[in-house]
Amino acid sequence: MARVTLRKVVKRYDETLAVRGIDLDILDKEFVVLVGPSGCGKSTTLRMIAGLEDITDGEIIIDGETVNDVPPKDRDIAMVFQNYALYPHMTVYENMSFGLRLRRAPKEEIRTRVQDAAAILGIGELLERKPKQLSGGQRQRVAMGRAIVRDPKVFLFDEPLSNLDAKLRVQMRTEIKRVHQKVRTTTIYVTHDQIEAMTLADRVVVMNGGVIEQVGTPDELYHAPATRFVAEFIGSPAMNLVPCHLVETSSGLGLHLDDNLVLPVPADRIRRYQPYAGKSLLFGLRPEYMVERRVHTGPHQFDFEVLLEVIEPMGMDTFVHFLVNGMDVCARVNASAGARAGQRFTLCADLDHLHLIEHDSGKVL
Amino acid sequence: MVTGTRAAVGIASRGSIGRDRRRALFWSYFFLAVFVIFFLTPPVYMLITSLKTSAEISAATSPWWVFSPTLANYVELLTSSTYLTFFRNSALVALLVVAITMLISIPAAFALSRMRFWGSATLATGVFLTYLIPDTLLFIPLFKIFAFVREATGIELLDRWWLLVIVYPTLTIPFCTWIMIGYFSSIPKELDEAALIDGAGYFQLLTRIFLPVALPGVIAATIFAFTVSWAQFLYPMAFTTSADQLVLPVGIVTTLIKGDVFNWGQIMTGALLGALPPLVIYAFLMDYYIAGLTAGATKG
Repeated sequence: MARVTLRKVVKRYDETLAVRGIDLDILDKEFVVLVGPSGCGKSTTLRMIAGLEDITDGEIIIDGETVNDVPPKDRDIAMVFQNYALYPHMTVYENMSFGLRLRRAPKEEIRTRVQDAAAILGIGELLERKPKQLSGGQRQRVAMGRAIVRDPKVFLFDEPLSNLDAKLRVQMRTEIKRVHQKVRTTTIYVTHDQIEAMTLADRVVVMNGGVIEQVGTPDELYHAPATRFVAEFIGSPAMNLVPCHLVETSSGLGLHLDDNLVLPVPADRIRRYQPYAGKSLLFGLRPEYMVERRVHTGPHQFDFEVLLEVIEPMGMDTFVHFLVNGMDVCARVNASAGARAGQRFTLCADLDHLHLIEHDSGKVL
Repeated sequence: MVTGTRAAVGIASRGSIGRDRRRALFWSYFFLAVFVIFFLTPPVYMLITSLKTSAEISAATSPWWVFSPTLANYVELLTSSTYLTFFRNSALVALLVVAITMLISIPAAFALSRMRFWGSATLATGVFLTYLIPDTLLFIPLFKIFAFVREATGIELLDRWWLLVIVYPTLTIPFCTWIMIGYFSSIPKELDEAALIDGAGYFQLLTRIFLPVALPGVIAATIFAFTVSWAQFLYPMAFTTSADQLVLPVGIVTTLIKGDVFNWGQIMTGALLGALPPLVIYAFLMDYYIAGLTAGATKG
């Protein structure tokens, strides 16, 4: 078990900077997920921690030791790959015990450790099989077993669920979380799937273009995104973003979305937004904070009428889409609210949850 | 209504697929048959001739039938010490060449396909280019080199069977390295990365993970190296002359053709027997060759 620290880590491939000097501190026993679109540098970062890629600049510290020049085998880490990377000519038992056999661990110890790991993952009866006789989910379990058996300081996962079908992916996600709660090894997990990131992580690291956009708990990222990128990336359906003007009104500040829709800025935010009065900004509000009209429960709820364009029933809720200032906006209403396409409908926005984003910097104000 | 239409379409298309398939199968078998006849005629002719006496071969009877079959040619060859010497020389040369080739080609292919270092891509192409130089262009310069070595050091290389063990790898190593680079590159990189993280060094990675997984590729290269050394004619023809130093292909031609007398029965027998070892090796290794040993390594 160990702490992993990255200091100003840079990775350059010829002319392109894949990772542009990131700082990250991962605590002992923590489950950290690196998430971002493809090409954001998350996998490269993981591979540098594993020692599979050289570091162009900066420092990586595992358990107090700088490992920049330490080969992978001496870093005491275990990695689970997207395509499993099981040794095809070995049985499950041999696959799981390979690392221990290389280290010449006593036979008895190997046996107990493999059996313990197999028990944790429920693959005890597969130990004599070859990888090609296993299903995708079973192979993924074996790959995890191979990591657990080693009892390393750090687990690294590189998009381990991407090759599984949707249902199995959800199952294995729970499985990974359960395993981590049992073995409590420091874990760094890379995925492009923000739902995986949110559900698994103690802390999520959102990366984009080789830099870290934000580090935070899933809750923090969801409710207090630091940048436009994070606001758009986290959450499904994505946060609605509409261009607006911050204007002064008789009662304080207002968000001018279009000529028919001016939303009042909640009183407790006026001081925060005052410096930006008169500016053109981006208004952000998540779909679940726009619902059918109800008895108001909070002070900053605001009713407005829209023309519904598309209705998407999800069962429990219904997503309704309408246009504001030419932009598609989605709201999440109760399934029994009677929303119909082409109908005028009154929505209630909870402005306590609004975000204002600066156009140029992409910063959330 | 909808299902009815779909069912009708299904039947119609299935019928036409069946017809297409039958036609495709017919032509496949037709061309396969042509192919088989074309390639099996010479060995069959050789077998027939090898079972005949010299008298029957020169008689004006059908060349496609044996009227009084005899194993005399086989008995004579297999009890002749010169033929057995050729056989022994050929076998030694082929086995040693295969061993040397694999010892050099496997690490070379591994390095060129896996370790990125300065100039590795150029080197890989260079390896292949050397294979493109034909041996007909090389045997005279090589002869000169060997003569020079004798003058300079007093070591006689010419007319020694083991010289071929030194020369053949110049043909086999480039090609074997090249095909193994191709095969090794098809093995997912994650497999070595997993092994490296599991604690393997490069040597363990090669012997315990890489070679077992790459076995079909290695076997294909082995078959190639063996066939090349077994069937090579020009170099032994040029470099060896004494009867006890000859290998099979040259030995058969030089000892069984005396002036203008062709001992056809024995020539055919000798060639047939000489073709046996490659045949046995193909038959034995083909299973491995075809077996998809990498199946299950990754999703696929």
